[in-house]
Amino acid sequence: MSDIHGNLRELYQEVIFDHNRQPRNFHSMPEADHQADGHNPLCGDQLTVFLRIENGVIEDASFVGHGCAISTASASLMTEAVRGKPVEEVEALFRDFHALLTDVPPGRDFGKLAALAGVREFPARVKCATLAWHTLHNAIAGEHDPARTE
Amino acid sequence: MNATPHADLAPESLQVAGDFPILSRPVHGRRLAYLDNGATTQKPEAVIEAEARYYRESNANIHRGVHWLSQHATELYDSARQSVRALLNAAHAEEIVFTRGTTEAINLVAQSWGQANLGAGDEILLTTMEHHSNIVPWQLLCERTGAVLKVVPVNDAGELMLDAFDELLGERTRLFAVTHVSNALGTVNPLPTLIEKAHAVGALVLVDGAQAVAHQTVDVQALGCDFYAFSGHKLYGPTGIGALYARADLLAAMPPWQGGGDMIRTVGFEGSTWADAPQRFEAGTPNIAGAIGLAAAIDYVRGIGLERIAAHERALLAYATEVTGTLPGVRIVGTARHKAGILSFLVDRIHPHDLGTILDTEGVAIRAGHHCAMPLMTRFGIPGTARASLAMYNDTADIDALVTAIHKAQEMFVTRSRPS
Repeated sequence: MSDIHGNLRELYQEVIFDHNRQPRNFHSMPEADHQADGHNPLCGDQLTVFLRIENGVIEDASFVGHGCAISTASASLMTEAVRGKPVEEVEALFRDFHALLTDVPPGRDFGKLAALAGVREFPARVKCATLAWHTLHNAIAGEHDPARTE
Repeated sequence: MNATPHADLAPESLQVAGDFPILSRPVHGRRLAYLDNGATTQKPEAVIEAEARYYRESNANIHRGVHWLSQHATELYDSARQSVRALLNAAHAEEIVFTRGTTEAINLVAQSWGQANLGAGDEILLTTMEHHSNIVPWQLLCERTGAVLKVVPVNDAGELMLDAFDELLGERTRLFAVTHVSNALGTVNPLPTLIEKAHAVGALVLVDGAQAVAHQTVDVQALGCDFYAFSGHKLYGPTGIGALYARADLLAAMPPWQGGGDMIRTVGFEGSTWADAPQRFEAGTPNIAGAIGLAAAIDYVRGIGLERIAAHERALLAYATEVTGTLPGVRIVGTARHKAGILSFLVDRIHPHDLGTILDTEGVAIRAGHHCAMPLMTRFGIPGTARASLAMYNDTADIDALVTAIHKAQEMFVTRSRPS
């Protein structure tokens, strides 16, 4: 049997609390050229992701909304991680990040995003950690229906 | 922290937990404090054994066999219907239709009675505190018939606003569909008054009893309601079985809603004729084992005594409200004067889902979210709550475990940022 209390410490790391209490890039972006909504009705988690993309590179990323600590911290960490990266690279990062949470973790350096790896042991919370990323994906793709992970 | 300051409030345990095998199973190395009874209750050995014994000793299809086993199974199934009749004090067993649960029972009324009796401009009156299963079937019915939904609002305590109810009732009101007990807030609605007023304008009344039948005595004749729906699995019985009570004269006039075997009298390609109620509404082989398990659950509950259960849960709710509601940073949502054993609450700076995860690691099982009552959450301007819901086997140890676990969550989230 795995140690659930150790797993809980892995889930709620300092960096998660930090980004939950003080989310980075937590504002709307009037000059955004891409944006999308995400909504997990069961949880009540709701967010909007804003992007400014120039020449295939995400120049700026921000979000607004509300949700649990995992979804808020994940959105905050995501906006930091994707800024300045080419869109293709971000989409690849999303795939790898998803695998980190649900599947065989890819051998790459996730930086601060690695703080969310603890979600693996809490399958019910994977949807919290991935909502922002699905919303980002929709923003890039120009989807108008809200993203959902449940 | 322990709850000794409130020891004077602490009710005695009913000493029934030993009848429920799952309750002795540790979760995450902790004693299980199962406080998610509003979602489903655990099953006593008597129910588990009744279902198993049916499959071991009595299994056959009902109503169609000349052989002994089939007749035996039919007797058990019919006897289960009598048990439900007795539980609700219905006048006749024929007024009890077995369904998959509350949801199916409500859909049955909407599709059979509703489709046959409602037209454009007719009104269905609901309340803000309804579970989605007592909202969506009526919305679907409105789309098909042109009927309109009206909604009785609730006040800040989570009680129905009776003045608004009086105003919304009118000559176009054909049905008032209302929950007996709010699954999200625990509010017990004043059914006798509501039913009397609805009947005075000629409306029928459907009561969603999902959160009531396991926690208090229900008497459909005394209430005077026209339909009463409940689920077996919230009454310590199996999943996939429940019942609809419908007044005999209504049921006799209602058209079938699902076609198949068992619900017909004769079938021909030029046309078919229908069986009498309740068989007319039970197409196909029913959940025989489930009905028998439900009967065992009803026997068990009545053996303990619903009045005793109600008194115990009332005392335990008072204890839980006191020890939880006085914790710094905890706010109780739903403070109706008349409440059943449901405690919905919010903890400052901790989202209900984070709270639910942390409580789980302490062996405390609660529900977090909107409790299938999104309009009610919208009314209170919140995405959801944490909800502890009580059953007869809960005692102060469960509530104390809840309080200790809330403290742990607060330490993690509020006092310091990293768990020890």
